[in-house]
Amino acid sequence: MAAIVARLTGDVSRRTMIWLAALFVALVIAPWLVSDYLVTVLILILYLAYTGQAWNIMMGFAGQLSLGHAIYVGLGAYIAAVLFTRYGVGPWFGFLAAMPVAAACGAVIGFLAFRFGVTGIYFAILTIAFAEFARIGFDHLDIVNAAAGLFLPVAQYAHNDPWRLRGSPTMFYYVILAATLAAFILCRALITSRIGYFWLAIREDEEAARAAGIDTFRYKMYAVTISAAVTSFAGVFYAFFYNNLFPEQVFNISQSIQMILGPLIGGVGTLFGPILGAFVLTSLAESLNSALTAFGLDLPGAEQVFYGACLLFVIAALPEGIWPRLARALGIAERVP
Amino acid sequence: MTALLSLTTVSKRFRGVVAVDRVSFDVPEGMLFAVIGPNGAGKTTLFNMIAGAMAPDTGTIAFAGQPIGGLTADAVCRRGIARTFQLVRPFPALSVEDNVVVGALLHRRSVGAARDHAHALLRRLDLFDRRRQLAATLTLPDRKRLEVARALATGPRLLLLDEVMAGLRPTETDRMVGMLQDLNRDTGVTILLIEHVMRAVMALAARILVLDHGVAIAEGAPESIVCDPAVVQSYLGAEAV
Repeated sequence: MAAIVARLTGDVSRRTMIWLAALFVALVIAPWLVSDYLVTVLILILYLAYTGQAWNIMMGFAGQLSLGHAIYVGLGAYIAAVLFTRYGVGPWFGFLAAMPVAAACGAVIGFLAFRFGVTGIYFAILTIAFAEFARIGFDHLDIVNAAAGLFLPVAQYAHNDPWRLRGSPTMFYYVILAATLAAFILCRALITSRIGYFWLAIREDEEAARAAGIDTFRYKMYAVTISAAVTSFAGVFYAFFYNNLFPEQVFNISQSIQMILGPLIGGVGTLFGPILGAFVLTSLAESLNSALTAFGLDLPGAEQVFYGACLLFVIAALPEGIWPRLARALGIAERVP
Repeated sequence: MTALLSLTTVSKRFRGVVAVDRVSFDVPEGMLFAVIGPNGAGKTTLFNMIAGAMAPDTGTIAFAGQPIGGLTADAVCRRGIARTFQLVRPFPALSVEDNVVVGALLHRRSVGAARDHAHALLRRLDLFDRRRQLAATLTLPDRKRLEVARALATGPRLLLLDEVMAGLRPTETDRMVGMLQDLNRDTGVTILLIEHVMRAVMALAARILVLDHGVAIAEGAPESIVCDPAVVQSYLGAEAV
């Protein structure tokens, strides 16, 4: 245990630890300081930070672009929700069931792509295709109520029940905060380990990685299955937080895109980029919405246009994302680019 | 002495062109062996077949007594053959040190142990002071040495060097020659090099194979090769050493 902690914090500067600790404390006390509305915004931010972190394992570390991560969210959501509504199985056991299914789904997509040499943009298209198969498939699957949607019973809860994920937004906030922290630590553990080095080598130059003895097929399979398994928890959370599931929404490509905006803007391949990107993007978008409402303007799609503008700005001005630049300014640059 | 690497009538054709035509040779363990020849002679194709980047059409390639023809590049590397690329391919966004750590992790579980090993190799190849730089920022001679360091980190018994002197100035060439000689003497690693720079080949190689149009036209000690009329005719020409 001590050895693991030592490895995780080994080359982290004191300055970085102080910043991380301060941020963590701020996030822990946040629900007491802000309004209920802002707590739900923070939940959305952390949800996107979590999914961005999960996606980053595949793209940021191993260099495999997935544009269909909604499939793992959808599988996690539907499996946990069906087990809960039909069989009374709690969400945590639901997650234990959903995780291997999502991982197996990732393994199938990865196997087809990596065995047959589908790479780059063609791989990305394959991931979209699978997410679309799932969307259309679930739209016609009666066991999950098909297009009519699946609903979890909603009631007023006298007290929070984290075991069954029933309760107030504040409880959900702490659940997603814990998950985001866990994903952050997991990613740090992965990227400082042997597997992480092999992923980076594959991302940088697959042929050179193979010449260095790395079984690239195997390590790409690890990346896609781990990323899928981690992402599936976001689906479980989604189902129990929103209490309703429609294939059109949860498997939609816009889900996949929204998931990757955080890391793209924060910094692909960095540990903190997905978290920072989710914060920046969501808080700016929410501010924009509030401002539009305050001025009495109703502009459908303004948020999407805003996301597009942010993305253009970052690609043009900060191609490596906001975080690497900010980290240098704070003097806490990450070792791994 | 048994051969570490042994090629028997190895051929490779690309559509109509025979790139490598029934080439056979043996590299004894511990030797510095060079393959020379004009551009398009099939040297890199020969290398790619040994390194597992492509499979031979016919013939056998044996390493340490085991056939390796047709194995994938990573499997060949795990057997103990490491290569460099003619056009260097370091991992650009990783630090110099991490480039070598990747290689060292092949036979090590612990990142700490791999880092220690990487440091030793970086010292040997004069890159230790640059270990925190990104590989993309290195000059060409440094990148060439980084390729050698990363290949060596995988702990090979046979090191394949593809034109590792190309593009180097004479002083840099001499430096690389010195490093490779030290390496061969200290660690006993067998080195097979493809090289155009005759100055380096003459200084390094104990034995030379000459390819021309995919055919092995001569093989022998450096002194006999430079006097071989067929070699002078096809390759060395007027600029013979």
